[in-house]
Amino acid sequence: MEGNMPPVVVDVDHVSMRFNLAQEKTESLKEYLLKMVRGQLMFNEFYALKDVSFKVRKGESVALIGRNGSGKSTMLKVVAGVMYPSQGACTVNGSIAPMIELGAGFDMDLTARENIYLNGAVLGHDRAYMDEHFKNIVDFAELWDFIDVPVKNFSSGMVTRLGFAIATEVTADLLVVDEVLAVGDFMFQHKCLMRLNEMLEKGTTLLFVSHSSEQVRMLCKRAVWLDHGVIRGDGPADEVCTMYEQAMRNGEA
Amino acid sequence: MPQRMDQYKSMAGHFVQYRPLIRELVTRDLKVKYRRSFLGYVWSILNPLLMMTVQTIIFSYMFRTDIPNYPLYLICGNTLFTFFNESANMGMVSILSSSSLIKKVYIPKYIFPLSRVTSSFVTMGFSLAAVLLVMVFTRSPFYWTICLFWVPLVFLFLFCCGMVLALSALTVYFRDMQYLFGIVTLAWMYATPIFYPIEQLPGFAQNLMKFNPMYHFINLFRNLVMYGNIPGPNTWIACAVSSGAMLCLGLWVFRKLQRNFILYI
Repeated sequence: MEGNMPPVVVDVDHVSMRFNLAQEKTESLKEYLLKMVRGQLMFNEFYALKDVSFKVRKGESVALIGRNGSGKSTMLKVVAGVMYPSQGACTVNGSIAPMIELGAGFDMDLTARENIYLNGAVLGHDRAYMDEHFKNIVDFAELWDFIDVPVKNFSSGMVTRLGFAIATEVTADLLVVDEVLAVGDFMFQHKCLMRLNEMLEKGTTLLFVSHSSEQVRMLCKRAVWLDHGVIRGDGPADEVCTMYEQAMRNGEA
Repeated sequence: MPQRMDQYKSMAGHFVQYRPLIRELVTRDLKVKYRRSFLGYVWSILNPLLMMTVQTIIFSYMFRTDIPNYPLYLICGNTLFTFFNESANMGMVSILSSSSLIKKVYIPKYIFPLSRVTSSFVTMGFSLAAVLLVMVFTRSPFYWTICLFWVPLVFLFLFCCGMVLALSALTVYFRDMQYLFGIVTLAWMYATPIFYPIEQLPGFAQNLMKFNPMYHFINLFRNLVMYGNIPGPNTWIACAVSSGAMLCLGLWVFRKLQRNFILYI
């Protein structure tokens, strides 16, 4: 049985994520010493994820759904390697193209052209590779007219377009997408969904976070429902989405 | 233990993979720095020259120093110390100012302090042209030892990398490190013979000076560039040991602290 299945790309193994919610953030040495003297260094513990386990196999498209604060984004950050789980382990086999917030790596003072190279380097690609893909990126973002304009003069939609174009031009084994499709106009959203579908057909694995059941049903075959940091449902996207919608309609969370 | 070895090995592996990123970040720093100024990179040469002029005027009237070729003496010390100061100031906040990236994409975090030190190093490269200009204008003799001028600079670079790694990690937890270290650099500057000769100090202070790495770097640089002599082994050992020790300390502190950066930025 195991032998016939495609290899595991993401293995989330009993992951818990604990945060110390300091009542007041201690950010300076002076404050820290003062509080230590007064014995006020206390933390409230808070679990964003509690013992979450699931596996994603190659070529699968999995959506994470759930309400605000249910731990979806934390889960993505653990998968992307940005956060280390407090307990358990998360292993990813292969390269990751993270789209957690598009344009996060842009330097506002630089032009679009310069930012394409900078952002490419952030994702681990050198200049030669980016030279090759430069034209495709700008074509997709439809930004030829603004290529030498500093990004600070861009509208937020333009920044998103550029970010999306760079992140999806890259061929990665795993694509991690966090609610980035909420911005941008209708036409561009459509174009992005097409692009994601295209990548899925080529065998990329997708991990997708969204509030929109419609998008989840369209893109993903499987969905994982997180509720207060615990998995509440895991199965075919359509079923889990229906369950989730029903629970929401019944006014409970 | 083997696990720790693996960690360092993966650090080195990442370093090769992310070298283009360091390059991009350094070009970005340099571009942004001079983007809006009319003279651009010329400032890197002009600024130390103007500083030197002001200081030469002040110090040669106020304190009588009998250092031969005082302008050159000054600018040698100043160039190295400016690099030290700039890389510390820019590097300290490098993790904090890259927080938007660190929160969203996995990147080895030591890239940020290292790229800041590297861009300061490149700026110092431009400033060396000012040193050369002063040598020409003051008719300072050129000895063959000047070919070795890069040796103290490399030692200093490694020293600064170590120091900035540690500082940038600490600054994440304690934001007031910036102000604290501002005072430290000021004190450090006066404690380093940049505009006065070490002979002017009382005996005990001269002995204490042996524990100031900046003194050794500057001393080595001046000896090679100005005086054309190669100092004895003590100076070389002092430079190598202090830069090596600082680099190890920096890496160790950074590795210890980096895991929880994400929770504080």
